[in-house]
Amino acid sequence: MYVRSFQYLAPKTVKEAVTLLNKLGGEAKVIAGGQSLVPLMKLRLATPSYLIDLNRVKGLDYIKDQKNRILIGALTRHAAIENSDLIKEHVPIMAEAASHIADPQVRNLGTIGGSLAHCDPAGDWGAVVIALNGEVKITGPRKDRVMKIDDFFIDTYQPNLKKGEILTEVRIPKPQPNSGGAYLKLERRAGDFATAGVAAQLTLDVDGVCRYAGIGLTALGPTSLRARKAEKTLLGRKVDDNSIEEAAEAAAEESKPTDDPLRGSAEYKRAMARVLTRRALKLALARATGGGA
Amino acid sequence: MARKKQLLETAETYVSVSMKVNGVPCSAKIEPRTLLVHFLRDVLGLTGTHWGCDTGNCGACTVIMNGKSVKSCNIFAVQADGAEIITIEGLAKDGQLHPIQEAFWENHGLQCGFCTPGFIMQAYWLLQQNPNPTEEEVRRGISGNICRCTGYQNIVKAILTAAEKMKR
Repeated sequence: MYVRSFQYLAPKTVKEAVTLLNKLGGEAKVIAGGQSLVPLMKLRLATPSYLIDLNRVKGLDYIKDQKNRILIGALTRHAAIENSDLIKEHVPIMAEAASHIADPQVRNLGTIGGSLAHCDPAGDWGAVVIALNGEVKITGPRKDRVMKIDDFFIDTYQPNLKKGEILTEVRIPKPQPNSGGAYLKLERRAGDFATAGVAAQLTLDVDGVCRYAGIGLTALGPTSLRARKAEKTLLGRKVDDNSIEEAAEAAAEESKPTDDPLRGSAEYKRAMARVLTRRALKLALARATGGGA
Repeated sequence: MARKKQLLETAETYVSVSMKVNGVPCSAKIEPRTLLVHFLRDVLGLTGTHWGCDTGNCGACTVIMNGKSVKSCNIFAVQADGAEIITIEGLAKDGQLHPIQEAFWENHGLQCGFCTPGFIMQAYWLLQQNPNPTEEEVRRGISGNICRCTGYQNIVKAILTAAEKMKR
């Protein structure tokens, strides 16, 4: 279907974009990669009067090494993250997750900032940034805000953005030595949204005791979710088959899947949450201890 | 309201776009809602780029924009203002098929041909990224393109053959 007519605005700076968005409010939508928004506009589920295109804004497309963290500009494409040496060195789980997003053409345009701000519980980045305990930087008409990713997801398609605000940066703390992570995604066919997905990130001490556990769930609730009980199950304990099984059980329990005619029943998805958490933790453990592909 | 009105007046109903398509500079006045695929087909008459599912799934509309393969039904033409675009029409030179086109022909990498321009443009990008792909890498590389006739075997064979041809 043809999208509804709109006025196209292409600001050159973040400040201009914020000013426009603040003035136009709910009549405007911000477009980055557009790989979710354009299909929604075709279905007329989104009918903005104004489209504010961030693609001409300079300085939002970067992956930077800043001491103990990695900074990723909101306009960074999934493909750039998938292929970044910096990402592969410090947070390989992000390169792995990027390679699971949609298909190569979509990854060439789609952006991490757009994906997170879209707040689709089936989007892959939410669970991964949760597992890594990342933060997002929000730029608006007033002071910049920085918040934990957990606080950014309010509800389905509802990011924690006030009038005139744009997500401009994703901040990922670098994992400590003896860390490993894995993102596993169950899909009906290549390129589909997740039926269920699990991101797991572990840090162990020399005795194999868990010092950090981050577990994020995709498509298992109204937003990307943190499996808090599962994380607590592991912290301070040796990560082995027993504790992994307990964590997988906890993650399944605290997941909030819903029945969906396309991708399966809530019961099925909950079962998959358990299976994928178990597998992701086993893989993360293997990687943290120097094994695993 | 006055402010909003002012902004409305500065944003026009029709916008001018200019881009280089297959090396040829093109410009037109279009509605901002015009998708790139419709600009190429209906404004420029380049109907080699196919309009398939219109949902960003099938890949029939794949073109190269500033060196990257994109689905032209999932981007507005106005966003491609100033861009360099390559479509299927831009591959053959002086009546000589591009090696990827030759390889699709020789390996019978198509039946009905609807998906073919998209597959060939995606293969073009894939082989630029990775001139020596394994079969697995080819299959992953074309995972955003759907063919409902051949079952992919000959398409994969054609892309692997093209990789060989392009090394010569």
